[in-house]
Amino acid sequence: MTTDDTTRTPAVAISNGSVALGGRPVLRRIDLGVAPGEFVALMGANGSGKSTLVRALVGLRPLAAGEVRMFGTPLDDFDDWCRIGYVPQRATAAAGVPASVWEVVAAGRLTRRRLLRPLSRADRAAIHDALEIVGLADRRREAVSNLSGGQQQRVLIARALAGEPELFFLDEPTAGVDLPNQQVLAETLAQLKSRGATIVLVAHELGPLAPLVDRAVVLRDGRIVYDGAALADHEVHQPWFAEPHTHHHHPHDSAPKQTDHVPHVGSPVDRPRGEGR
Amino acid sequence: MSPAELFALPFMQRALIAALLTGLAAPAIGTFLVQRRLALMGDGIGHVAVTGVAIGLVTNTSPTWAAVVVAILGAVLIEVIRERGQTNGDVALALLFYGGLAGGILVSGIDGQSASSLNRYLFGSLTTISADDVIVTMVLAIAVVGLSVGLAPQLFAVAQDQEFARVAGLQVRFYNVLVAMLAAVSVTVAMRTVGLLLVSALMVVPVATAQQLTRSFRTTIGAAMVLGVFASVGGLVVATFASYQATVAPGPTIVLLALACYVVAWPIGIWSRRRARLREPFPDGTVPLHEACDEHPHAHGPDCGHLAVPHDDHVDYVHDGHRHAEHGAHYDEH
Repeated sequence: MTTDDTTRTPAVAISNGSVALGGRPVLRRIDLGVAPGEFVALMGANGSGKSTLVRALVGLRPLAAGEVRMFGTPLDDFDDWCRIGYVPQRATAAAGVPASVWEVVAAGRLTRRRLLRPLSRADRAAIHDALEIVGLADRRREAVSNLSGGQQQRVLIARALAGEPELFFLDEPTAGVDLPNQQVLAETLAQLKSRGATIVLVAHELGPLAPLVDRAVVLRDGRIVYDGAALADHEVHQPWFAEPHTHHHHPHDSAPKQTDHVPHVGSPVDRPRGEGR
Repeated sequence: MSPAELFALPFMQRALIAALLTGLAAPAIGTFLVQRRLALMGDGIGHVAVTGVAIGLVTNTSPTWAAVVVAILGAVLIEVIRERGQTNGDVALALLFYGGLAGGILVSGIDGQSASSLNRYLFGSLTTISADDVIVTMVLAIAVVGLSVGLAPQLFAVAQDQEFARVAGLQVRFYNVLVAMLAAVSVTVAMRTVGLLLVSALMVVPVATAQQLTRSFRTTIGAAMVLGVFASVGGLVVATFASYQATVAPGPTIVLLALACYVVAWPIGIWSRRRARLREPFPDGTVPLHEACDEHPHAHGPDCGHLAVPHDDHVDYVHDGHRHAEHGAHYDEH
């Protein structure tokens, strides 16, 4: 299912995209286009391939087949990276050497900076604005490692904001983040949305982000099983998605237990081809 | 010979210049290695450079340039093994470690070279540096400092978060290899000062010392460079004065002085972090119950000596595991 407005170039589109990790298919023939200004939530259980899909879209995972187009340009030829803001899954905000909040956010400005040039006034203003939006301007001098998990997540979002991109990819920004921090996150994303940004968000559960979502895409086992209007959290885990979700208790469930990422035994393409890759 | 006369001697001045530049260059690139959690990379490259030095000695070419070439090859190889294989960075280092050292000893043995000429490079010999060596050291050190400071924003972003850097359009592989090459060059710069076996100390110890007290990357790299210069020049001076009494090698003195700085900074770092944690304001929010504390003979105030921590619109006084807030005539437990 695509948007009604087919005349506009999608901000990002993947056609017939497949990704294999260690020879095993993780994404299979995915077709997805995100129109400019759309807020899309990629949902699904752990191991359904939603994070892999985002990583494939931004070029961190090579495609085994298919093509990704960024603003109509094939990803290999795309070099307008200042239009993209990527928020990776947390745990990388702190490194071996202390870094202040301001410094981490300033790294996001590199997409627009030339080599060996000092920060311009516009750069500083953008960094400051990004910190203001996520509500961390008063903590800019602190070490990132001293912040809580939710605050570190906001630092990573500010880093993506600093480059003033128009297309955002957020990989599980709400995972392990408490409700007040999720609320700040939702306000931040609402602001971005009102400015016309395109947002692709990976989430296990939407929580306070739910009202913002225009379109939900549910993945299961590397395939898109639902693409349409936003869903409530519990709907994503409905049995009709055949979700092998651990929170649900099906005492009479006769379906064989399936582990994440392990392909169907019944799928004919896996065995002969999977070995060769 | 008086100290003034000693420091006026040309070989002593060459040694001072070499020590100063080493102290600047090694921590500058070392900061990026520590940030990427590859603190021992300098050591690995140092071991590889042993082979280079041995090749230089055997073929009667410049050991310094041979070491530069072999060290760069080794550093790039470490980077490739790390990136390509599923091998951890430290396993890749270990492979190069032993290969480099064994290769160096083997090659220098073939020529029947005495161990002493290799020893000069293994443990440093600041005072035997020639004028040409000083010029090479200067050029290389200035290149290392210039690149690692000039490209600091890019190198910082890549070391901090490779995936983000890649999506930001940075050539991550180029910068990774650049860091490895700069590390290799600074190893050969520091080779004559502290020796190949101790080279990593000057790249890592000043950084470890600096980060005890810093909260940002910029102050860490700056402080590490200051500490590196202090340790290498100070170590040389200490060794010179001590040599009136006994034979004191400058290389180990420099490393021990750097470690002494760490020993001093460590407890200060623990104390200052603890203090910062104690003084952090309590989160806003109402106190669930009105819990008045028992008789409190002491009146808290700005000068009472107890730790005063901001909480909402008032101040809590922290002592003996209590948080006391003034409430009318008594104190509440917050």
